[in-house]
Amino acid sequence: MNKYNLLTPNTCNWCPGCGNFGIWSALERAALQAGWDNSNTALVAGIGCHGHIVNFIKLTTFEGLHGRPIPVASGVKMANHKLNVFVLTGDGDCLSEGGNHFIHAARRNQNMTVIIHDNAIYGLTTGQTSPRSPRGFKSKSTPDGNIEEPIHPLRLALSAGATFLARVYSGDIQALADILIKANNHDGLAVIQVLQPCVTFNKEYTHIFYQENMYALDENYDPSDKAAAFAKTMEWGEKKIPVGIIYEAQEPSYESRMSQLKKQALVAGGAKKRDISALLKSYA
Amino acid sequence: MKPFTFKIGGPAGSGISSVGLIFSKMAARSGYRTFDYMEYPSIVRGGHNVMQVGVSADPVLAPLKSTDFLVALDQETVDRHSGEMTDQGILVYDLDKKITVDKAPAGAVAIGLPLSTTAKWTGGDVIMRNIVALGAAVYLLGGELSYLQDLLAEQFAKKDPSILVKNQAAAKAGYAYAQEHFKTAAAKRLNPQVKISPVIVVDGNEAAALGAVAAGMQFAAIYPMTPTSDIISVLAPLQKEFSFIYKQPEDEIAAINMIIGASFAGARVMTATSGGGFALMSEGLGLAGMTETPLVIIMGQRSGPATGLPTWTEQGDARFVLHAHQSSFPRIVLAPGDANEVFHLTMQAFNLADKYQTPVIILVDKHVCECHQSLPPFDYSSYKIDRGKFTTKKIADYKRYELSPDGISLRAPAGSGNHVIANSDEHNTTGYSTEESLDRREQMEKRMQKLITCAQEDMPAPALYGPKQADLTIVSWGSNKGAILTAIKDFPNVNFLHLTWLSPFPTEEVARVLKTAKKVLNVENNYDAQVGSLIAEKTGLILEHNFLKYDGRPIYPEEIIAKITELL
Repeated sequence: MNKYNLLTPNTCNWCPGCGNFGIWSALERAALQAGWDNSNTALVAGIGCHGHIVNFIKLTTFEGLHGRPIPVASGVKMANHKLNVFVLTGDGDCLSEGGNHFIHAARRNQNMTVIIHDNAIYGLTTGQTSPRSPRGFKSKSTPDGNIEEPIHPLRLALSAGATFLARVYSGDIQALADILIKANNHDGLAVIQVLQPCVTFNKEYTHIFYQENMYALDENYDPSDKAAAFAKTMEWGEKKIPVGIIYEAQEPSYESRMSQLKKQALVAGGAKKRDISALLKSYA
Repeated sequence: MKPFTFKIGGPAGSGISSVGLIFSKMAARSGYRTFDYMEYPSIVRGGHNVMQVGVSADPVLAPLKSTDFLVALDQETVDRHSGEMTDQGILVYDLDKKITVDKAPAGAVAIGLPLSTTAKWTGGDVIMRNIVALGAAVYLLGGELSYLQDLLAEQFAKKDPSILVKNQAAAKAGYAYAQEHFKTAAAKRLNPQVKISPVIVVDGNEAAALGAVAAGMQFAAIYPMTPTSDIISVLAPLQKEFSFIYKQPEDEIAAINMIIGASFAGARVMTATSGGGFALMSEGLGLAGMTETPLVIIMGQRSGPATGLPTWTEQGDARFVLHAHQSSFPRIVLAPGDANEVFHLTMQAFNLADKYQTPVIILVDKHVCECHQSLPPFDYSSYKIDRGKFTTKKIADYKRYELSPDGISLRAPAGSGNHVIANSDEHNTTGYSTEESLDRREQMEKRMQKLITCAQEDMPAPALYGPKQADLTIVSWGSNKGAILTAIKDFPNVNFLHLTWLSPFPTEEVARVLKTAKKVLNVENNYDAQVGSLIAEKTGLILEHNFLKYDGRPIYPEEIIAKITELL
């Protein structure tokens, strides 16, 4: 397989400079490197600018409803846990409309990867404040400045039980591709917060802002230390945005705890008519 | 012969439902047919619970308003229900509870028994007074004590053996006390019949769950909600043995999206809920319609709106289920009338969902979901799984939404090697998003064609019970079937058109029957004749006579009889 196998006939419709280009490129690069194709991989997207990726990448995709990609992906994974399952979701999609699903996905610890396209704004609806927008953020929906505290998705996921947490800047395509592969190999729920500038509507969290304020976690950082990971998720702001793998723990995944899935995927044998005559006797 | 009605009432938490079900099974094993019905408030302790069991040598199809044998564990049961007693009825009450029975009808026989003290003395706990009462009832009705003891043994098989010993002692003591004080049985209504055919005692929830298991269901995600919660109780313990998954999701939104995902991966899937949960599922319902994803939804109605009467019955969600979600997409809505129809239509629903790649809703209500009925064991030998146009093979130039005359495209699951796109945006034949006029029209027409194909290939004519020509034709749907069939037994000039398909709708056949009818009575358990108005919409016929009820109680045969008498 080469990168032309992943191309579709459609013209990309993201704004020039959009952070989504980096995510798209990294996903392609990782797919080629790891051998993700239509026999072994499914993407599930929500609604928002990120969801348009369904038209640009030739991988099996379910583009569902705003806020609901996580439960769709949960169902895909339970039905066929042999698939590599990726959730593509925006910050509004994942943390506002789908906040409840995000919390429960973290505690469920299914072996799948949630990629949050975090641009801290509602882009597709032309610029309203999102649950990632900082305090004081001015937009069409908060002309006097946002008075609510933003959600910190990695801190939320950590407290809810997710076992792999990473943060990457969308402009760092190779780092994102590497983390996508690591996240997919991790046996449990992986959450990747991708810092993805919206060049049209978010004038605060720009490419320059991230390039100037993020720092990479080095080898002295121990991602298995949960307390340290919590401390890292508290950091945000000038020169204080850590990127890299923030937390990684070995806990049994949801699928590994289900005896029905020990031998094969649930769908492997196909749907079969079942004999319930013995069962019916218990209702006599 | 009119069914004999046994009724037991007491405070919630006093084991009314378990004793009622044991009574049903005991009667069924003695060669009788049964139909039971329970009323209970939406609380776990306190409040009034009552369960009645209709018993007859012939099939019993509905609860009656009258009671022949009433067991009162408290004063409230006497106050609320002794007025329903038949002239020669028997009232058994707990002597230890200072219950006054002067409200009982003059002809009734009131029998006070020391239920509480006997329970304490034999079983060590007052809680077993329901079992003492049951033992006494078995004697008074000429039943076999050993049948009761067997049923208790089955009920407590997985508990500490001492619990069974105590319960059996309590049952025996109740039987012995009644035997000692009353030399003959008061009414021979439980004595074992000569010929006993095998039957099962099931409610609609169990029938739906069993139908799903038999039909090869692989994945169910169900958030608990009365009246369909007991589908979970059946499915959850069976998942390992039958290799399917039951998943409890975080909410109904997750439930429907999870089954959509599992269906996208190729599994046979289902969920179950009630009106409030279905409201949350509405957006997912349309998503399944748009992405052409097969789903089966068991939708058990209860009185609404909002929380309504959570544990009571209604048919108020027909219009909601027929129209939920924005715009138009094909949905199949089936309304079984009893547990047997629930079983078979649920099995068929899985085939229809796969064939038409769209949601199929089994529209039931608390009355069907929670009333047990004794039936011959389900015969599903002729059932064959039909997954329709479905392949797990890699197809050259695969297009998920290819146009076809019947509206159905070839479905391949995720992981089949095909590039499969399910897109909630309007899409072209491949599945890519499109806003072109032609694509929109073609895909909309393709989806809606499926309903036309379904009406032609799978929808049967509605059942017409009774004579072809009648002075009065009753039309109704879903769970009213039993009460209406019971009522028209005594009217050779009344027939009954029972609708089980609401979408697609059997317009031609309904119009044919109703246009030639002398007089039509529409019967529904809702405020605004929701299916009556559907009939009007489809056939142009305005139904003048309606019997409508919306107080949470089922429609009783006696009420239908009164209405028939008024109209004839």
